[in-house]
Amino acid sequence: MSLYKLTIHELRGLLGKRQVSAVELTRDVLARIEKVEDKVKAYITLDPEGALRQAEAADKELQEGTGGALCGIPLSIKDVLCTDGMRTTCGSRILESFVPPYDATVIEKVKQAGAVLLGKVAMDEFAMGSTSENCAFGPPRNPWNADYICGGSSGGSAASVAADECIASLGTDTGGSIRQPASHCGVVGLKPTYGRVSRYGLVAFASSLDQIGPLTKDVTDCALMMNVISGYDAKDSTSVEQEVPDFREALAEGLQGMKVGIPREYFIKGLDPEVEKAVQHGINSLREAGAETVEVSLPHTDYCVAVYYIVAPAEASSNLARYDGVRYGFRDKSSATLIDMYKNSRSLGFGDEVKRRIIIGTYALSSGYYDAYYKKASQVRTLITEDFKKVFETCDVLASPVTPTPAWKLAEKIDDPLSVYLSDILTISANLAGIPGISVPCGFSGAGLPIGLQLQSAHFQEEKLLRAAYNLEQRLNIFHLRSENL
Amino acid sequence: MKITPQEISHVANLARLHLSQEEVEAMARQLDDILTYVAKLNELDTEAVTPTTHAISIVNAFREDEVKPSLSREKALANGPMQNGESFVVPRVI
Repeated sequence: MSLYKLTIHELRGLLGKRQVSAVELTRDVLARIEKVEDKVKAYITLDPEGALRQAEAADKELQEGTGGALCGIPLSIKDVLCTDGMRTTCGSRILESFVPPYDATVIEKVKQAGAVLLGKVAMDEFAMGSTSENCAFGPPRNPWNADYICGGSSGGSAASVAADECIASLGTDTGGSIRQPASHCGVVGLKPTYGRVSRYGLVAFASSLDQIGPLTKDVTDCALMMNVISGYDAKDSTSVEQEVPDFREALAEGLQGMKVGIPREYFIKGLDPEVEKAVQHGINSLREAGAETVEVSLPHTDYCVAVYYIVAPAEASSNLARYDGVRYGFRDKSSATLIDMYKNSRSLGFGDEVKRRIIIGTYALSSGYYDAYYKKASQVRTLITEDFKKVFETCDVLASPVTPTPAWKLAEKIDDPLSVYLSDILTISANLAGIPGISVPCGFSGAGLPIGLQLQSAHFQEEKLLRAAYNLEQRLNIFHLRSENL
Repeated sequence: MKITPQEISHVANLARLHLSQEEVEAMARQLDDILTYVAKLNELDTEAVTPTTHAISIVNAFREDEVKPSLSREKALANGPMQNGESFVVPRVI
């Protein structure tokens, strides 16, 4: 039996009954990585010995019957989450040899639940990008076709799940960075409500937008991961004291009484016809499952990219000021003065996209421009949030595409940053408004690349998202499909 | 809107980045494209709109001012590119 193909809920059953050991499972996944990693290139750091040690410990707990919800389950982790003793690069030269002295809260939680950490997976540098090509250590590939991007910035997470190089993964989403690669790689990806999951130990990009979430092989696994990582954390002052339900219990059959809004503005000009067809098919399935659909309007959608590309770089320019070559990270040791040392360390350590965003952000926040850019963008952000508030008075979830097109070829848009920014138009609003969103596979393009359907809901309504996603998954019945190109 | 290479150089200095002349010129063009696009926000009248500072409404998160376990000096210094066991070492400032 190929254990690496299975889901958390399938494996946790087998592990619990001792039909499979955590060591056996971890070995199987490591062998799978050995076989396909040359093509996928998902991992920046792989720790086979550490993983096997954790698996042995998990087996003890399983033997004693004390293992947690993820006991013995091998995970990959986006390289932006701090792991005690394991290098955390953020896909950047500037953190190439950074070894965190502590675990992020989510890492602590998955470890407590018994998970086995295989290693750290590739991403756009500091999570800035939509293709993972801005990774200083080379881009991961789309497991469905290695000539194509896997999406980003959590590209390594999505690719490693789709290629069965882990059982599930943790990613982060600042403007679509979980949902978009999940869509491009044909896996499930959830961005929780802002404040639902602690950001402590997540290396900050844009603090008012960043959120950690799971990438999994199916919706049930997504719910199980959410059960483990959600909850208030005193170490993150923006995490919210909100009761955490058992998300798996939300996965009931049937959507009777659920009202699904179809936002007019998300079916934009330039929407790929294959994407539209797959998403419409998904929406029909939601109707067949008992949901009522209604057309709705989010009139400020067209402004979200402009707002995002002021707010996110502004916050990034401030957050990334900490990389100064003094306390951690790369330092240019040839500089004679302090200012030269700052400038040379940062200029040699950061890649082009990161520098571009630092420049945009610094410009937008600089004296004389603040009102015209940052304040204006923050005001339009309020209008975008109010659009959602109004819409969620009349419907439970919104259904739409995740991205306007399927994945494109590597290097195709590398010299045209604005066109890549515009591809985020359908995912950015959720981050600006702080609401949750999920991407669920709903079909394939003619070229055989996956297409996802996005569901969004009001704050802290992840249960509704998971329930709708689960029904969609059961009806479409494509979630078990895997690439034959590996 | 036209961003000049001089403006880019000024902003790069504020951000403590050193850019080559080539990078400055490319950045001026790209920033110009992006800001031209962003100017569409001016289509909206936001005179009476309160800016968003937090995506969700939370009040100040206070805690008791208590000493709790924290990183040892050794661990805190461990990632320093230059340190002497007591402090981080930087080029002479004055």
